[in-house]
Amino acid sequence: MSRLDIKNGLVEMAHGSGGRASAALIDGLFTRHLDNALLRQGDDATLFEVSAGRMVISTDAHVVSPLFFPGGDIGSLSVHGTINDVAMSGAKPLYLSASFILEEGFSLAELEKIVISMAEASRLAGVPVVTGDTKVVESGKGDGVFISTTGIGVLAEGIRVSGDRAEAGDAIIVSGYIGDHGIAILSSRQGLEFDTQIQSDSAALHGLVADMVQAVPDIHCLRDPTRGGLATTLNELCKQSGVGMRIHETDISVRAEVKGACELLGLDPLYIANEGKLACICPKASAAKLISVMQAHPLGREAAVIGEVVADESRLVVMQTTFGGQRVVDWLAGEQLPRIC
Amino acid sequence: MKYVDEYRDGDKARELAARIHNEIDPQRQYRFMEFCGGHTHAIFRFGIHDLMPENLKYVHGPGCPVCVLPAGRIEAAIKLAESEDVILCTYADLMRVPAGKGDSLNRAKARGSDIRMIYSSSDALAVARENPDRQVVFFAIGFETTTPPTAAAIRIARAEGLKNFTVFCNHVLTPPAMLHILSSGEACIDGILGPSHVSTIIGSHAYADCCSLYRMPLVIAGFEPLDVIQSTLMLVRQVNQGRCEVENQYVRAVRETGNQKAQALMAEVFEPRSVFEWRGLGDLPASAVQINAQYALFDAEKRFAMQKMQTADVKGCICPAVLRGISDPDQCKLFATACTPEEPKGACMVSSEGACAAQYSYGRYRSAETRV
Repeated sequence: MSRLDIKNGLVEMAHGSGGRASAALIDGLFTRHLDNALLRQGDDATLFEVSAGRMVISTDAHVVSPLFFPGGDIGSLSVHGTINDVAMSGAKPLYLSASFILEEGFSLAELEKIVISMAEASRLAGVPVVTGDTKVVESGKGDGVFISTTGIGVLAEGIRVSGDRAEAGDAIIVSGYIGDHGIAILSSRQGLEFDTQIQSDSAALHGLVADMVQAVPDIHCLRDPTRGGLATTLNELCKQSGVGMRIHETDISVRAEVKGACELLGLDPLYIANEGKLACICPKASAAKLISVMQAHPLGREAAVIGEVVADESRLVVMQTTFGGQRVVDWLAGEQLPRIC
Repeated sequence: MKYVDEYRDGDKARELAARIHNEIDPQRQYRFMEFCGGHTHAIFRFGIHDLMPENLKYVHGPGCPVCVLPAGRIEAAIKLAESEDVILCTYADLMRVPAGKGDSLNRAKARGSDIRMIYSSSDALAVARENPDRQVVFFAIGFETTTPPTAAAIRIARAEGLKNFTVFCNHVLTPPAMLHILSSGEACIDGILGPSHVSTIIGSHAYADCCSLYRMPLVIAGFEPLDVIQSTLMLVRQVNQGRCEVENQYVRAVRETGNQKAQALMAEVFEPRSVFEWRGLGDLPASAVQINAQYALFDAEKRFAMQKMQTADVKGCICPAVLRGISDPDQCKLFATACTPEEPKGACMVSSEGACAAQYSYGRYRSAETRV
């Protein structure tokens, strides 16, 4: 068995060849840190029991640059991102798969940091990585590490959360401060570094969602406003449900540091990515109950109703500005910031 | 947030708007051109029209750098990126501006050209230092605000002896464009909201001719919404009192003589071009700058013998009329149908400072309400 020099070693083409070097990388790094009973089966496919009912599946590729940023890294992000996508159906996430595309020449010590962070995020969330794959591409053909994760979960009876269920009169809830992740990434990006206290909000939201669906099983829509930010998420829901929205700028929480960075860089916090926030559409009558449940959870302390769903054939999101005027909050055109997740 | 919230106070805005309603003469029309795209953006983003009387109208001007750059200049840059082994560095908005036949810098990048998005002229210098074996061209655009940083980059390049750095200079000048719009008279305006950031560089005295030759009231206005409303009130008063002066609302940043250090920097590196083509306005004499003989080594047009290219604008696109203040964006047949921020046909739909993009992104509910 070839020895793995994690401290000084680099990713080599042989690590993806399927031979001894691949085995050494898998045993010495991936299995060692991500260890769990299912992963230990060591077969091409992992076997697990399922209960009767409905399951959900979601997949997400992560290409964030830089790989390490204030409040997280590509490892924890790839766990949180997929757990959240599964949770946004109202389901309980059970297992993850992870596939790594490594660039030749990438430091094994950095890779280990990423895998440890992934293992930590997965352990805290209680959602193990049960199968994986590794490929290596030539130097210059990748950007260090790309991680693709898939998650499966089970959905309790009676829950029907979907983007096409928003109805006129429904309340729109956001779980907290928006824009933290995108600004944290931007602050550490080469050529643009600036000093800020802002940390990425990257977090697994399935615990918060579990409390929410338990309190109000008839939640209509859930979505995590990642790429394109809250503005894009709300527009997606309008399109899917064939409705419009009226939101109030004063009720949307944005940290002063995020506002400041956005002013300076000419960005709009409504379009900045989040990795630990959710938007929720629910019947107006349930909004107060949902807000109190959310505020009792550490990831929903600043939850607030930010507006309401209206009948609108043009499917526009219109915002009452703090200034007293109105404006359309449109889809994001082009890319505001590339490679944020 | 300090220094921002004070200028976005809704109560103060309504108070100022009430004064405009009080002082305005209901018997006449007030047409004020906001020269800068920054003002256009603020007017739509904060919904300032909603606070104004019916007979006061903002007419959008040509002060958006990517909007006035003719497609031929972008085609020339694409040709350079594709025919020579260069790294072309430019600001983000320019990447999406349509050149001829549906092409753009973004598409050229996808085809394999090395075109990089940067945030400042010093980023372009950094790219040149990191790639000593390759030619790095900075595709520079903008009014007087972005010209001094380009001049500084060229000076630094010479001081460091950077042999692989050049600038494709497309910097344009504000007063000649303003005088052109006034001399043609086609926009039928009663006053001008003068530029904020440009004025910090060139000073308020730069607009003296506009006022005296064309008897046009002008108020230099900050970019925050309260600045715009207060400046509008100042214009209303000038019109009502028959005055035609350069007034400065943006006193916290603009001096009469501007920033002389920046002016000296520009004078050291640049010289006026005899003529420059503007999208919408056509060929305007002495309306742009080029790199002077002393710094000719850093002029991409000279180093690569770049040729002038002509491209016709897209059929049906009324960007030229929008840029001259004759037409509104939603009078264009392509607006919000064939031309959207995702698939812009005209340059005014690209930058957030473009009149079409501002109206599309923030003001569409107004058009929708009018249609209903």
